[in-house]
Amino acid sequence: MPDVIATHNLTKRFGRITAVNGLDLRVPTGARFGLLGPNGSGKTTLVRMLLGLVHPTSGSVELFGHPMPRRAATVLPRVGALVENPAAWSHLSGRSNLRLLDSAGSGGRRRDRRARIAEALDRVGLGGVDERPVRSYSLGMRQRLGIAAALLRDPDLLLLDEPTNGLDPRGIGEMRELLLRLNADGTTIVLSSHLLSEVEALCTRVGLMDAGRLVLTEDLDELRAPTGRVLVRTPDAAAVLGMLDGRVVGRDGDVLLVRTDDAGGLNARLVASGIRVTELSPQRRSLEQVVLELTGASADRVEVRGDPAGRRSGRRVAGTGRADPQPGPGPGPGPGPTVTDGETVRGLRPMPAPEPNLGTEHSEPRHRAEPRADRRAGRRAAQ
Amino acid sequence: MIVVELRLLVRRRRVWLCWALLCALPALVAVLLAATDIVPAPGQGGAFLSAVVSNGQLFPAAALALVLPVFLPITVAIVAGDTVAGEASAGMLRYLLVRPVGRLRLLVAKLVSVAAFVLLAVLFVTLTSYVVGVAAFGFGADAAVGGAGGVTSLSGVVLTPAELAQRTAFTVGYLALCMLALGAIGLFFSTLTDSPLAAALGVLALVVTSAVLLPLDAAEAVRFYLPTTHWLAWIDLFRDPILWTAVREGAAVQAGYVLVAFGAAWANFATKDITS
Repeated sequence: MPDVIATHNLTKRFGRITAVNGLDLRVPTGARFGLLGPNGSGKTTLVRMLLGLVHPTSGSVELFGHPMPRRAATVLPRVGALVENPAAWSHLSGRSNLRLLDSAGSGGRRRDRRARIAEALDRVGLGGVDERPVRSYSLGMRQRLGIAAALLRDPDLLLLDEPTNGLDPRGIGEMRELLLRLNADGTTIVLSSHLLSEVEALCTRVGLMDAGRLVLTEDLDELRAPTGRVLVRTPDAAAVLGMLDGRVVGRDGDVLLVRTDDAGGLNARLVASGIRVTELSPQRRSLEQVVLELTGASADRVEVRGDPAGRRSGRRVAGTGRADPQPGPGPGPGPGPTVTDGETVRGLRPMPAPEPNLGTEHSEPRHRAEPRADRRAGRRAAQ
Repeated sequence: MIVVELRLLVRRRRVWLCWALLCALPALVAVLLAATDIVPAPGQGGAFLSAVVSNGQLFPAAALALVLPVFLPITVAIVAGDTVAGEASAGMLRYLLVRPVGRLRLLVAKLVSVAAFVLLAVLFVTLTSYVVGVAAFGFGADAAVGGAGGVTSLSGVVLTPAELAQRTAFTVGYLALCMLALGAIGLFFSTLTDSPLAAALGVLALVVTSAVLLPLDAAEAVRFYLPTTHWLAWIDLFRDPILWTAVREGAAVQAGYVLVAFGAAWANFATKDITS
């Protein structure tokens, strides 16, 4: 299938700062693509370059096979965009805003303008909006209005930067349904966000940016494939440790992390040995883990220069990012598995990591190997 | 896009406020003059003010002379400085450009809306001050020669109301051009920054600089090209016969300013990274 978006070696420098660095991004037609990355990793600059707002220092952008920004006049009518945050002429009503915005650009059919505006407002749940000026809108209403503006011309490609900003959980759910429906009708959706749960719930494919580079592009299913470990919850943890010594790579109270590809076989063996198993599931990595592994500190965190111990060195895993994040088997009944393991045990859902137990850092070698600053920064990005 | 711009213009409260204030100042002067009957001696005070009391029809000219040095440039600076920078700071610039609106089209539309603003501003001042002038000072039926409503020109010859209307129309056109030149400079400044205030202040700084250099002999070499040099050339339109030289020169310089400033705005804006 042809690519809706294709960039080749795309680079943008602002003075001495390289915002986007040698980016090769492909988004196939019909995809739901999630663009992830910490703050300051170049997501917004990339989106702006795709739209022709920012001119690349080098490299090229193609939308629908046409070079941008040269062919902006033919390409952009097929694109709906929400860049950074919604904007409006605040002294006009939402409807007037859409009317003026629609008539500003070429190609808008004048005859069905009123109908299209009504439909776009309806779709985002603002169908009954009155003539109040946008100034008096809530953040969520502005966000909905921004999405309505993006939908105004039935775009083939939706580029949405943080589309759920300011929406309450119900609103987020509505938007997700709307986007899924549009996608089913053939609209390609590119969602840039640092809300991992949003991307996880909506996207089929993710691209992960860090420090201006695309460090990963992968289908979400691939990313979340089983890791080759199994979580076992059992009141007889000590017995399991004795039985599977060497294959237990982590322990948190009565939850054990066992290295095996065969969860069923493990279960049968445990039960056969008379061990009570209350819970057993193959471990899957959450998107959050992948992101934290592959990205450095977010750019809105400013460290003291010359900080010893190379805090920013960041443990980066090359390739697809599926390499084992915690090399070395955990010795028997240690003080507990690493923070990320604990998270997976509890919810299998991304959530803010608990405060790392600083007291154990010195006694537990595995903790010390992990750069503390990195972990904290990642947690910030996840919030 | 031009229609959109014009609609945006007339739906801004600030624009109407500017127009209202521009019209209010001459009205205030007229009321004071009519109430007190204390008139500046000929040759003193604002241009035409001394002649106004004898014939209200001359008041538009006096009103324009009143608002020209400070008020009019300030309003033009505010509106022109707001053109691109205002959209940028409101965040609408990026949405307009991805609509898509071509960057040149956007600039042209902005310039047209500034032109509409200055033309309407000058027109409104002229019309309201005509009404106010006639109401306060009458038609000047006692003018010596030329019948009722005749106005004595600066050269002493009496102008008929028709002639006067024609000359006032010329004045409106000329002043609108002068202010458009300022507006084009404002448009250029507006593409340089995301702050409408900075752009407006830049325009005012330019006006003040020009006004400071104007009387300076050391600035003789550049005097002809200063933006404010020709602002008062329209007074020649009220001589008989009209002295066209200064007006023509002024119009040429101001048109040059429009072209150069718009070209600079285009050169800057065409490849600018929109990061607002």
